[in-house]
Amino acid sequence: MGKLRKGITLTDFLHLKTDEREEHVTAEEEMEEKETPRIFTVQEITRHIRERLDEDEILSDVYVKGELSNLSQPTSGHLYFTLKDNFSELRCVMFREKNIGLRFTPEDGMSVIVRGHISVYEKRGNYQLYVEEIQEEGIGALYRAFEQLKKKLREEGLFDIAYKKPIPSFPRRIGIITSPTGAAIRDILNITKRRFPHVHILLAPVAVQGEEAPWQIVNAIRVMNRVNAELMKIDVLVVGRGGGSIEELWAFNEEMVAREIFSSEIPVISAVGHETDFTIADFVADKRAATPSEAAELVVPDNREIERNLSSLELRMRQNVFKAVEFHRRKLESMEKNILFRKPTERINQYRQTVDEIKRSMLAEISHLVALHKKSLQVLTGKLDALSPLAILDRGYCICSRLPEGKVVRSVEDISVGDALKILFGDGEAVSEVKAKLQKEEKV
Amino acid sequence: MEEKEGEGITFEEAMKKLESIVETLGEGNLPLDDSLKMFEEGMELCKFCNKKLDEAEYKVEKLMEREGGEISVEKFEMEE
Repeated sequence: MGKLRKGITLTDFLHLKTDEREEHVTAEEEMEEKETPRIFTVQEITRHIRERLDEDEILSDVYVKGELSNLSQPTSGHLYFTLKDNFSELRCVMFREKNIGLRFTPEDGMSVIVRGHISVYEKRGNYQLYVEEIQEEGIGALYRAFEQLKKKLREEGLFDIAYKKPIPSFPRRIGIITSPTGAAIRDILNITKRRFPHVHILLAPVAVQGEEAPWQIVNAIRVMNRVNAELMKIDVLVVGRGGGSIEELWAFNEEMVAREIFSSEIPVISAVGHETDFTIADFVADKRAATPSEAAELVVPDNREIERNLSSLELRMRQNVFKAVEFHRRKLESMEKNILFRKPTERINQYRQTVDEIKRSMLAEISHLVALHKKSLQVLTGKLDALSPLAILDRGYCICSRLPEGKVVRSVEDISVGDALKILFGDGEAVSEVKAKLQKEEKV
Repeated sequence: MEEKEGEGITFEEAMKKLESIVETLGEGNLPLDDSLKMFEEGMELCKFCNKKLDEAEYKVEKLMEREGGEISVEKFEMEE
């Protein structure tokens, strides 16, 4: 297509195409012969231009500085403006979702740096810059300084986790480095007092913005460390300020402040600005709090929680020791049983019992025997009765015995005349005297 | 506030120790004498912690550095 333009106007070209083809048969024309020229619609050529621009590496992500003019923000919320310098102008658009968090209000005449990509708005055929970020020009430099310092300190290892000191959970003395008049100190005091009214707060009043601020902050960190070493222990430092613009927070992006935080013996909590603000101090501190209020929550425990914790520990300890005592008691009891069983007296008792049992059974045996004997004795007695001489008395016989000795008289010869005799009857007895005696003739 | 604590133990250490005592007692495999000794120690720690809390008053002061580097501490009041 480039060849088309060499010395030929569009009219010539069209003319040539229809009427004068044969007269100009040069090498160039031969090319034209083979390649039917393409006629673009406006839309097509605009799209082509856009595509060429979109392919360009520089244009795809570019920083442009200039002065704002023709600012307008219709109800859509998109921000339209022209960026200009003494020689040129550049149309820019910043869509609503990009400009919604802007830290400053753009105004005509403001020097800014914008970042974005350049493309074509096809409907108008305009090229324009689609803005991703916009910063006041001075801030651009700050931002670069921030990135450079962050990179440098990171490479030096100042952000390494290994250097992070633990934050004590029960601080007794807290050093606060901030402005004595800002919202930050007010928040910190209110919250610490509410949560844990058992701490000593030492404030080192400093300027937190302006030229003096970095030096004052550095000095305050040094003084706190000196107090810690020489006077009284400071458990943790909170260094920070409330929210503000990037310039207002800048002291916390200073290298000297970062290095002093790093070398502090006392652990440091940084508390600068809002959740979205990140400063170099945040990276180098032992802990970052998103805001001064959060720092206050981090730095002291909740008193109610501690008291609950303490009493629950006490309760658990009591329960545990009770359990331990119970355990030992049961163990002792079971041992006692065991020991008793093995004691000699216990064996003796056992024998004693056995003896008792034997005795009892022996007694039973004996009384049985006795009973048996008694019975046979009765039988015998019965028999004996039958044989008893007394039994014959009932049948009329008498037994005669000589008094006084009571000897039974078996023969007449046993008595003499005049002896007293006792005569035993079946139902009684009588005493008689021998009047005479007669010898029976000898039986043969 | 005096700098050093007589017992040579901080509130933080006391709480930690108390927790470990409760745990050890909970395991229940200590000789009885040791259990009781530990319990006593634990009760002392409870007392100590409560005392520490009662003792420590809330105080806000500010550090001032004089010309010669001398440091003074004075009461700090928030300006309303």
